[in-house]
Amino acid sequence: MTVELTTRRVLANHLGRPKTLAEHEDDFGPINRLAISIDVLRESGITGRGGAAFPTAKKVEFLLQQRRATRYVVVNAMEGEPAAHKDRMLLASNPHLVLDGAMVLANLLNADSVVVCIARDHVTTIAHVKAAIAQRGGRRLQGPSFEVQSPPGRYVAGEESALVHWLNSNETLPQYRPTRPSLLQIGRGGVLLDNAETHANIGLIARHGGEWFRSVGTASRPGTTITSITGNGKALVVEVPYGTPIRSILSGAGIDYAPRALLLGGYGGTWLDGKHLDVGFDDDSLRPFGAGTGAGVIMALPPQSCGVAECARIVEYMAKESARQCGPCAFGLPAMAEDLKALASGRNAAQSLSRLSSRSDVIEGRGACRHPDGVIRFVRTALSVFAEDFNQHAAGHPCQFALGPRVSYIPHQSDVKDLEWE
Amino acid sequence: MRRTVTFRIVVDPIRCDGFGHCAELAPELVTLDEWGYPIVQAEPFPQSDHELHRSAQLAVRGCPRQALTLQKIIAAQS
Repeated sequence: MTVELTTRRVLANHLGRPKTLAEHEDDFGPINRLAISIDVLRESGITGRGGAAFPTAKKVEFLLQQRRATRYVVVNAMEGEPAAHKDRMLLASNPHLVLDGAMVLANLLNADSVVVCIARDHVTTIAHVKAAIAQRGGRRLQGPSFEVQSPPGRYVAGEESALVHWLNSNETLPQYRPTRPSLLQIGRGGVLLDNAETHANIGLIARHGGEWFRSVGTASRPGTTITSITGNGKALVVEVPYGTPIRSILSGAGIDYAPRALLLGGYGGTWLDGKHLDVGFDDDSLRPFGAGTGAGVIMALPPQSCGVAECARIVEYMAKESARQCGPCAFGLPAMAEDLKALASGRNAAQSLSRLSSRSDVIEGRGACRHPDGVIRFVRTALSVFAEDFNQHAAGHPCQFALGPRVSYIPHQSDVKDLEWE
Repeated sequence: MRRTVTFRIVVDPIRCDGFGHCAELAPELVTLDEWGYPIVQAEPFPQSDHELHRSAQLAVRGCPRQALTLQKIIAAQS
């Protein structure tokens, strides 16, 4: 994994190893007396970096309205998305910046503790963060206490209600929350949960202010995004302002081919046709194409590859990652994966294509979390971007690349029955 | 200003185990998908429709997993 930096903000002065507290203060300024007010947070217009792009100030305001004796700040660095590696890169480079953001938010909310959640497979990241917390411990700073928790690294374990449920009762299962906004709770305490990259940006806003933060990016999504790029057989991380044309992000990452299609946002994200390379990488620019930035993932599908086969692999993975709590997700996603598998091989696929779109309509919106909806968005955009290929496959003529090498990375999943949910 | 009251059935998808009683008790409001899980009518029905309200209540009470609730929607109408 290598880093390319075009706009250095949260990944500034990357050393290739986590910075010590002294180096961190040399680069960004001292951490004593660091604070943020709700007005500065609102002025910055910062939105969540985890995929939903929800304004962080609104979240904090909602929590401030709730009278709670105890409050918690949770840093979500689970990164269950296989195509994303930005949180790990961030914590391996500037762990103190993330802790700074969590610290100022905890002080703003009067929260006593900050919980950093990192998937237990990411052993080195856990070590980096623990070392950073130990360095701060020597300072006798006023403020919250820090701890690291490591839930199992399932795909849905990073979903906010699943993560908070794990902290409460050691089960990474998403919860049913019919009313929104809903308050997340640890015990009886209110929880502010944000992505690690959001926290790092808040660490910078606390130093430079909201206006500085808005100076790059777009009006609705100010600031930079750390994008995880997969292509050319490599995985890399690039920090760019929101709204940067996808073409320049890809060339900055050293991808020299003209991609056939781009997968944006992650495995629950959206496909974009390879001809729209000059679109800016932000949600407003991507919305007309039915796409979005999601968790800041770009996978560039090379010309010699089969979109149908890639979809089949990814949906099969996503179906296995279902928590199997809700019927439409537990049975619907495997059924869609079967259809896609038949289409990829081109055998007995005549019915599969129409069944895919009718099943998408049936399953949509019927899970407790958004896991099935993400898969359906993925399948729907695939059906339109690869429409020609899907028709050829359904007619029994799979393309010449259908059996070729694959681009997408699928983590090893042990036997489905043994998946640990704790 | 007038208030309009409507109702709709809401399913807790985690509780639901696909027994299918709801589709038997309130066929006007609930259909089952190919795996036997309920698809409830998204459009709320008016308070004046007593028959629908009755079958909705039966479905809510008849669910062995207690996964259904009858949601009352109060909308101000000028």
